[in-house]
Amino acid sequence: MTANGQPADIVGRGIRDGAALFRRRFADLTEAAERGQPTAYVFVMGSLAEILRCFDFELVFPEITSLQTAVRGVAHEYLDQAEDYGYSPDICGYVKADVALQLRGGAHPMGRIPKPTLAVLTNACNTYIKWSEIWERLYRIPVFTLDVPGTREAGRRTWPGDPDFEADKRYVASQIEELIALCEAVTGRRFDVDRLREVMDHTNALSRAWRRIIDLNKSVPAPFNALTDGTVYLGVVNAFRGTPEGRAYFDDLVEEMEHKAARGIGAQADEAFRLMFLGIPCYPIFRRFNELFTGRGGSFVNSTYLWFAAGGANLGFQYDLDRPLDSLAEGVLISVRDAMDSMFFQVQDLMDQAEPYGVDGIVFHAIKSCRTVSTGLADTRRALMAARDIPTLFIESDMMDRRVVSEAQLKNRIDAFFENLATRRKLAPA
Amino acid sequence: MPRRNGPLTLTPTAGPVFPNWADAGGLGEILAACRDAVEDPDYPTVRRWRAGGGKVVGHFQVYFPEEIAHAAGLLPVKIRGALVEPRHADSRFGSYLCSILKTSLEVALGGRLELDMFVSHPICDAARNLAGVWGRNFGYPCQILYLPQNANSRHAAAYLRHEYDRLRREIERVAGRPVTDDDLGRSIAVFNENRRLIRRLYAIKRLAPWKLAVDEAYVLVTVGGLIPREEHNALLRRVIPWVEARPAAPQDRIRVVLEGGFCEQPPLELLGVMARSCYVVDDDLMIGLRWIEDDVPADGDPLFNLADAYLEHATYSPVQHDLRKPKERMLLERMRRADASAAILTAAKMCEPGLEDQVTHARTLDDLGIPYFVSEFEQNMSSFEHLEIQLETFVERLLFAA
Repeated sequence: MTANGQPADIVGRGIRDGAALFRRRFADLTEAAERGQPTAYVFVMGSLAEILRCFDFELVFPEITSLQTAVRGVAHEYLDQAEDYGYSPDICGYVKADVALQLRGGAHPMGRIPKPTLAVLTNACNTYIKWSEIWERLYRIPVFTLDVPGTREAGRRTWPGDPDFEADKRYVASQIEELIALCEAVTGRRFDVDRLREVMDHTNALSRAWRRIIDLNKSVPAPFNALTDGTVYLGVVNAFRGTPEGRAYFDDLVEEMEHKAARGIGAQADEAFRLMFLGIPCYPIFRRFNELFTGRGGSFVNSTYLWFAAGGANLGFQYDLDRPLDSLAEGVLISVRDAMDSMFFQVQDLMDQAEPYGVDGIVFHAIKSCRTVSTGLADTRRALMAARDIPTLFIESDMMDRRVVSEAQLKNRIDAFFENLATRRKLAPA
Repeated sequence: MPRRNGPLTLTPTAGPVFPNWADAGGLGEILAACRDAVEDPDYPTVRRWRAGGGKVVGHFQVYFPEEIAHAAGLLPVKIRGALVEPRHADSRFGSYLCSILKTSLEVALGGRLELDMFVSHPICDAARNLAGVWGRNFGYPCQILYLPQNANSRHAAAYLRHEYDRLRREIERVAGRPVTDDDLGRSIAVFNENRRLIRRLYAIKRLAPWKLAVDEAYVLVTVGGLIPREEHNALLRRVIPWVEARPAAPQDRIRVVLEGGFCEQPPLELLGVMARSCYVVDDDLMIGLRWIEDDVPADGDPLFNLADAYLEHATYSPVQHDLRKPKERMLLERMRRADASAAILTAAKMCEPGLEDQVTHARTLDDLGIPYFVSEFEQNMSSFEHLEIQLETFVERLLFAA
């Protein structure tokens, strides 16, 4: 322990513990597959973990299992298999990796993934819906789409009390009731509202912490790399939502980030340029992709990935445990809607965040696999540049498919971007 | 030929916006006029409407409750891309995108299509970005209409009724006038007639496909998304008896269902290739214009009636998940009703919903031993020879096997 009562190895604890949690998670999933434990396949944007944990479902996040195949350098084997099965190269790589995983009986580089008993999805990504249709056919399982109406027009979000918001909330609340009935039917167990309160309380703690952690990266230097470290934390946000393990992890992580911020300990020693990242990382060359930036002094201080891929947990929404179901509907609506806004209507948020985070430049990373996130990026960049004098970089690759990742081309573009940043700094008035 | 059942002048314009067909000497001339209107990226019918002081709501594929815009005196125009190079739109998008999104934005950015409101529906990952992109480029309202993605919820109809009411309020602001239930009732009656007439056209395709080729039916239906529906009704009322009386004789061709035209539209030349090779006895081209399969009640709560019809009396598409309508079962049903012996499974390039369903359909048809032809297309493709040879080979194989 240090003099102030903090463990001596507090720096880097979040990464170590996050990796350990995930190793254990995959071991648990492997055991669950062997036991035949009821398993729900869910997605990061609106997992409905609060309800599903009340019924003790194992939760599988196919987005996470798929991206792990890319990080571990075997995604191409899975993609090839799905394409041989009939899926086009133009279809989301996450879907194809998962199709191949199912065809292999759940075999994954980190363990074995159990088959689904149930799939629960939201409409935050249309591919969720098409993806679930595949499981529906492979396993004849129930699929539940929780439909969350999003913002209808830029700058026109509605809030509690507005009749349009209340209408949307009634729809979400009704569907949550229908999901509960489905879970009761699938598991043969009665819904326990006190168990729901307990799970929601854990989620409240986790969401509070996630918001705080993102906020702490305003510190100079930034305590964590929003691209790489952030992805590890993000995995825990999703996979351990509503659990005591997740809560404890994030209590520790807040402590670590506060420790680093207070002492000026940055994610990297030479933080020359503070960057914002839009999109999904390039997982097939994850480490090298990051180094193309950090090697030039770039430090990722924030990322829309940490917003939308956390299902809007970045808002830190706090459920009211005195009215759990009503508050859950409200929280799901507000949070999932925010995740969608972070992809479709993010210009104002970017402008709002640039200054407090001391952003020097913004990186737009469009990928072939994900049109939800990528379709609007070029236009968002154009609108942002019209509104603010801030350097931006637009690059394209993929989150899964190394065939569309050209490292040399990326390096050229990124090097030119940093030269621009350096020139601007040199010319800037003192 | 003297004008009979000519277009009605119920629009703000002094006359019809699509007068081209009214004085046509026969079916061929009407089909040519419709084809010109459908292929013209300058939207001449919409220009005429605007020149007469009318306002326009552009709605992207697939389905839109046009009755609500119509009841406000606006012209609902179906946005389905165009045969243009996306010179302006290319800078708004990345590389990996279907053509229809790019060319749809292009016609607006290039000033070919002027709107007073734009509405899209989150039909796919790409299109759900469109309202945001459009809104950053134009000052008029650009909105998402959240049609329910949980069609199986008991509360979907009530939710959709409220969503339609929200849309009505937005449209009232654009129109500058209220939209009453009576207005909606009258519009529903107009669209009911339109859907009945289109169903008659499709019945001809099924029962006597030698009288109406797939590309001909396509232009006759698609032009409806460009003109006031009263004009379209008048056109169809004129044309259908002519089609029924066509002196064409049946030929020895295979009967196929075409699947994959729910959003981006295959080029007319490609439809022509299909028409030369086989009888396309049913399809999902412009399915949004014929989404609702029965008359919508014109009395009672018109918004609820429209919502209920969308959910309960409608066909299917790859972009609506409904547990009651597994896509492969729906395709088989479409084939059965049309007495088709094979399917053409096509999909627009980069269209994820279409490409995903292609796998489902192909595997189902494989299991049942039903022949099918798989292809991809792009709205702006210009070379069809290779595809024509492949399709002819497919057809000949089936004919010889028979």
